Amino acid sequence: MPPETTPLLQVRDLHTTFPLRSALLRRTVGHVQAVAGVSFDIPAGGTLGLVGESGSGKSTVARTIVGLEKCAAGSILFEGEDLTSLPPARMRQVRRQLQMIFQDPYASLNPRATVEQIITEAWEIHPDVVPRDRFKPEVRELLERVGLNPDHAARYPHQFSGGQRQRIGIARALALRPKLVICDEAVSALDVSVQAQVLNLLAELREDLGLAYLFIAHDLSVVRHISDQVAVMYLGRIVETASQQELFAEPVHPYTQALLSAVPDPLPWARPPRTPIIIGGDVPSPADPPSGCRFRTRCWKAQDVCATEDPALEPRLGLHPAACHFAERRTELVVG
Amino acid sequence: MTSEPLLSVRDLRVEFSTSAGVVTAVDGASFDVRRGETVALLGESGSGKSVTAQAMLGIIPKPAGRVTGGSIEYDGRDLLALPATATRELRGREIAMVFQDPLSSLNPVFRVGAQIGEMFRKHRGASRKEARAEALELMRRVGIPAAEKRLDDYPHQFSGGMRQRVMIAMALALSPRLLIADEPTTALDVTVQAQIMDLLARLQDEEGMSLVLITHDLGVVADVADRVVLMYAGRVVEAGPIREVYEHSAHPYTAGLMGSLPAIDGPRERLTPIQGAPPDLLDLPSGCSFRPRCAFASERCADEEPVLLGAPGRPAPHSSACHHAGKVLTDAP
Repeated sequence: MPPETTPLLQVRDLHTTFPLRSALLRRTVGHVQAVAGVSFDIPAGGTLGLVGESGSGKSTVARTIVGLEKCAAGSILFEGEDLTSLPPARMRQVRRQLQMIFQDPYASLNPRATVEQIITEAWEIHPDVVPRDRFKPEVRELLERVGLNPDHAARYPHQFSGGQRQRIGIARALALRPKLVICDEAVSALDVSVQAQVLNLLAELREDLGLAYLFIAHDLSVVRHISDQVAVMYLGRIVETASQQELFAEPVHPYTQALLSAVPDPLPWARPPRTPIIIGGDVPSPADPPSGCRFRTRCWKAQDVCATEDPALEPRLGLHPAACHFAERRTELVVG
Repeated sequence: MTSEPLLSVRDLRVEFSTSAGVVTAVDGASFDVRRGETVALLGESGSGKSVTAQAMLGIIPKPAGRVTGGSIEYDGRDLLALPATATRELRGREIAMVFQDPLSSLNPVFRVGAQIGEMFRKHRGASRKEARAEALELMRRVGIPAAEKRLDDYPHQFSGGMRQRVMIAMALALSPRLLIADEPTTALDVTVQAQIMDLLARLQDEEGMSLVLITHDLGVVADVADRVVLMYAGRVVEAGPIREVYEHSAHPYTAGLMGSLPAIDGPRERLTPIQGAPPDLLDLPSGCSFRPRCAFASERCADEEPVLLGAPGRPAPHSSACHHAGKVLTDAP
């Protein structure tokens, strides 16, 4: 992708918090910082992979961008317009260029609506996209586009397999001709054989329609496969970000290194043995994050300074941005 | 490992009655688990891998499901023919199980230490104090930090990974000879998954028990399993030493799964997925169930159901249920 003058999406210092309510006292007793200062760009036609484990805040980032969660601070610029301060009417206009595909294709499709109704609902809301007399042919075209039989437009979601349902979800997302599609664990629930079909479809659509993706997943192999840029999240923050090639070849943050070393390898025999980094413990609660570096409680490199000083996300070792005081190359991780 | 197998499943058939008709979830599956061996039972949704495990443990949901054929011999005795009291005893002491979701397998209102200790009180007649000491020892062995403090915690106070360690501790309590783990890491994050697989492999080694790992994830078991048994639509389609099967797949389904996996290193290539959708058990094709998704399918595949045979030109324990196994071996990438 050639660099654009203005990126399609610019997220700056995004914060999303959830109130912690006490049922007993019936009032808010604190806040969970699910997203605590996240910034990134996505150029038109580009794909940013956002990886992290449960509780990292990656899904909350997605939900905040599309307006399903309230942004507590920071800005979300879509083609230069700040989504956090747009008047509702304008927001509806902008918002349709920004669609989402969810993890569970069954839960995110209305079981009482036919595929045609599911897809055309968006056109009812945005009447200027497709004129009513064009609904049927456009639905057929969309279904064909995502690899479904156009004759199945009158069927209901339960009549499709999991992979096909995800294709319906993709068709619905494409109905409004978006520029950015947010895929939130869009292939995680699918069987491996079907997951590969959907990944190939997403890659084709990107090429043919010039789509940009924010691709959220916990599976690093999948993220590597589809992304141009990758950002690794931990406990509400981005800890490392780089091009796909550089992040997987030269990770410098201990958390990224640990994640990469933990990726199950289906062909471990063909390569020199990896040095697995098994990090202990679990992700701390975002309601009570550690002081300083949020990863320090699980980090084998942690020193006193990590508890007192929050490491900035800035270029380290002449490479890409990483938020670690002791960023270091660990090339033996990388095989092949 | 040339001794008699510890567990021998032969022609197992399990049917479920559903409102839409009778479904054959397991359709003549056969495989062995030897002493001290780790076997991966691999398959996607609808393959019958979990139902096979349920049959081994006698926990097939009734009355919808029932075993309609075959045998499951454990240490020379057919688990399906023994009276219920005898199998229950065996399943408590010698065969243990770890499930995917530890939270729903633990009792939320009892302290974790007491739940682990109950194994010793019920089966060994241990006193409350002895049981507590044994539980503490087990919690340490499975790597639960500050075990003496956590004995009196409730399941909800543990993280997912720690709960799975508690489940493993309970499973190990009576030193089983066979541990069946059904998707033990599927609900866990990748770094925690690595911890749990590491723990299972270490315990298997220390205890010398047999381990059956049921999973849909080809990568997770590659490092720890000795052999792999692949299931599709209720049948075993390929079996053999795991490296042999992964590197020289003799069934188009296995080859297709390998081609569907995005790599974590090397050049990025377009994936070569398996076409079509997972099998509909209510509407299986004639002959080979994989045929509608298979690039190698011929007329013979529709007429004649392939049986599990030695993979042509490959070392002995490698078998495949495909009429075109030889061609798959030479043509697949």
